[in-house]
Amino acid sequence: MRIGYYPGCSLLGSSREFDESTRAVLKALDVELVEVPDWNCCGASSAHVLDHELSLALPARIMALAEAAGLDEILAPCAACSNRLLTARQELSNHPEKRAEIETAIGMPYAGRVRIVNVLEVLDRLKDRIAEKCVASFQHSVACYYGCLLVRPPRVVDFDRPEDPQSLDRVMASVGANPIDWPFKTECCGAAFSMTRTDIVAKLGAKILSGAVKRGAEALIVACPMCHSNLDLRRDAINAHLKANGGQPSDVPVLFVTQVIGLALGIDPKTLGLQRHLVSVQLPKAESATAGTTV
Amino acid sequence: MSRIGIFICHCGENISATVDCARVAEESGRLPGVVHSVDYKYMCSDPGQRMIQEAIREHRLDGVVVAACSPRMHEATFRRTVSEAGLNPYQCEVANLREHCSWVHEKGESTTQKAIDLVRLLVEKVKRNKPLLPIQVPITKTALVVGGGVAGIQAAIDIANAGHKVVLVEKSPSIGGHMSQLSETFPTLDCSQCILTPRMVEAAQHPNIELMTYSEVEKVEGFIGNFKVTVRKKARKVDEKLCTGCGLCTQKCPNKKIPDAFNEGLGKRGAIYVPFPQAVPNKPVIDTVNCTFFKTGKCKVCEKVCPTNAIRFEQEDSHVTLDIGAIVLATGFQLMKTEAFPEYGYGQHKDIIDGMQFERLASASGPTLGAIQRPSDGKEPGTIVFIACSGSRDRAKGVPYCSKICCMYTAKHAMLYKHKVHGGKAYVFYMDIRAAGKAYDEFTRRAIEEDEVSYIRGRVSRIYEEDGQLVVKGVDTLLGGMPVEIKADMVVLATAVQAQEDSRALAQTLHVSYDSYGFFAEAHPKLRPVETNTAGIFLAGACQAPRDIPETVAQASGAAAKVAGLFSKDELTREPIVAVVNRQAPPLFSTCVGCFLCQSACPYSAIESEEIKNRAGEVIRTVARVNPGLCQGCGTCVATCRTKAIDLQGYSNEQLFAEVMAL
Repeated sequence: MRIGYYPGCSLLGSSREFDESTRAVLKALDVELVEVPDWNCCGASSAHVLDHELSLALPARIMALAEAAGLDEILAPCAACSNRLLTARQELSNHPEKRAEIETAIGMPYAGRVRIVNVLEVLDRLKDRIAEKCVASFQHSVACYYGCLLVRPPRVVDFDRPEDPQSLDRVMASVGANPIDWPFKTECCGAAFSMTRTDIVAKLGAKILSGAVKRGAEALIVACPMCHSNLDLRRDAINAHLKANGGQPSDVPVLFVTQVIGLALGIDPKTLGLQRHLVSVQLPKAESATAGTTV
Repeated sequence: MSRIGIFICHCGENISATVDCARVAEESGRLPGVVHSVDYKYMCSDPGQRMIQEAIREHRLDGVVVAACSPRMHEATFRRTVSEAGLNPYQCEVANLREHCSWVHEKGESTTQKAIDLVRLLVEKVKRNKPLLPIQVPITKTALVVGGGVAGIQAAIDIANAGHKVVLVEKSPSIGGHMSQLSETFPTLDCSQCILTPRMVEAAQHPNIELMTYSEVEKVEGFIGNFKVTVRKKARKVDEKLCTGCGLCTQKCPNKKIPDAFNEGLGKRGAIYVPFPQAVPNKPVIDTVNCTFFKTGKCKVCEKVCPTNAIRFEQEDSHVTLDIGAIVLATGFQLMKTEAFPEYGYGQHKDIIDGMQFERLASASGPTLGAIQRPSDGKEPGTIVFIACSGSRDRAKGVPYCSKICCMYTAKHAMLYKHKVHGGKAYVFYMDIRAAGKAYDEFTRRAIEEDEVSYIRGRVSRIYEEDGQLVVKGVDTLLGGMPVEIKADMVVLATAVQAQEDSRALAQTLHVSYDSYGFFAEAHPKLRPVETNTAGIFLAGACQAPRDIPETVAQASGAAAKVAGLFSKDELTREPIVAVVNRQAPPLFSTCVGCFLCQSACPYSAIESEEIKNRAGEVIRTVARVNPGLCQGCGTCVATCRTKAIDLQGYSNEQLFAEVMAL
């Protein structure tokens, strides 16, 4: 299996471990990742809200490059990247006249053939192979946290159930984890306010974190760099908010889905970048793992 | 030689502004067979019509072409005009100079030329018109009402009071429908059962009404005035004649753990049961899916205790065929289930219920005898949240239409709650308050102002359980879009009103059209709201669209009036525009070779076979015959016939070819 790969900026910076674990896991699963040559910014940070043409041209160039490289699919692990790519792809396929304009802007032909997939789709597809190659089952109660961008807006991403997604839960179950039933799977983490309004991120993150811990989660599992940084990087702010509002501070770790799969496949934690987290990954002994409370 | 008269109408300036009417009259007058040709400002006016009649007498006309507006507008008018002057009405044709010419073209020579062409076509046609006589169809003066809710009951009583026989078919064991499940009704808060049950009894005891409960319509054949309807009577497993309704069997049935559909799953019933105490007929039914005897072959307690030996385990479904003249569809609605809402927990929380379940909780005959208790633990909810528009007006995930009744019943629910739980707090999340109706807005204002129900304008994004309570997360859009979180003990979703599960299948059985949601379609949204496009089939109540009780009852009476009107005559007159298989002199008899391709092509099952016999009664030929009562004049058989043995009266091949040749 050969698949295009678009890491985007997060996976080279704040979420290097997502990049490292994705590459390691897919290699172990015999999937060849072909990085899109000369890729550029997807426009998720500020371009897409400031300039509509740029919001189409940036993703279009990435997809055009992938087409030129003979790729059918691009794996974009970052949820914001995949969301931008999908949005641009849909708008350009619905408006052929815009496509012509954008082709001129990027100076390349763009046919709209290449498909965009996220990590969960790829892992869900490979879950039999994962189960087959699993050497250390991950026997922990986990809270699968999808965030907003993976499943929304449903008309654009057309992936999983928008209110109560299941794909991450399935992937987790395939390596022996116990995904808890909880109501905050797609709750807002504050994403883009991480820098400007850390207080909001703390409040929203506190809700998600305590909601998971209260229901017996030993780890939160994510597939989005923003979710991860808000729940991991901002843990001090979250815990301070919890303390100030009568809650319980928590050191529950937040793992990327690829890190969990990597552990199950027997890949060493360092290769998976577990040491990079600010909240250290310490899980209770697997034997003591209890069934998560179901609500 | 024909003697045809031509009458060109100006339609004020509608035609004459772009068509030179005088020239059309002049040139048409020179056509062979035309003896009289004039133009006039308003041909449909009284003087215009008199002009036509005088011309018929004076010039002894045998055919008339009126060149005016669309025949849909005034063909009937002009045909009546000529028949009053002694001509067969079908000797009059209308050339459409307005919609087909003057309105769609610029003023000019070619427009006038087209008008002349249109007249010439119809002159050639009318020369070949034959006098036709209207078809008389006898009417069976028995109505079938499908559905025994308030719509069906009202329609049945009204038709019966007009002196006609009615068969009322209801699929469940008792009539009464959703209205019998309701607690109190808006805007008067009178008890639903108290006003409905007398009507149920009236329907059951009316000498003109035959009740067929626990029965379903399976097949409908025939046409207006002459339907043949097959009804399946489901086996009650109880002899209705012997049963006295004493209720011993239902008391003694050892299997009492079955969720009760009448109580919307909030109560339990036995395997032999009467849906509710005031059921009509008050005769029990055995639920064979759950009955211990039908599952294991042992038990028969009901048979042992029955004082009249009315239990019949061996009873099978039976079929009854009815002769029916008109049908009223009153099959009602269903509510969208709470399972349809992932953001509200897929219906898995026991304390998130729908509006009908709340009705049962609030009803004195309900599982809690009218006490508001939440289903999970029977506790009285101290805080309750109502969510209007659950699934309604939701283009993304629900239905795009407004369910119409929810604003009112939600206000009623909140009020009933406040009347029963004095210290309780009631919240209503809403999009708009749509309280259009007599005394409706006053009612919702009363809920807000007198009963202090808190109305929050906004949607609810999620409901989840935390620490034994339901957390309702929403937004208050009137408070600057602030998020709202309410910890509630119970949540009531006003789920969308939908068409019945089997409405499409029933519509197909009856050849009635339906909309994309499965509601039955009326013939005209404004002017024919209780009729369907199929003659003789009428609509009442929520099977057509979401409706409240007053509207439903009004529509039911409207449908009944239509049926009574139809039944006021002994025979029905139909247009003679039907297909006919030709008949020839012996030895040919007909050019029909009896291949019956037409039979498979006919969408109305109007083609029968007929045997032509000699004097000794021996069959010489078998040919096709069109039943004029069923034929709708579509012409499909004419196109299918290989030997050109079928012609459509009034639109024969000869007439149409003549029109084409005249061009």
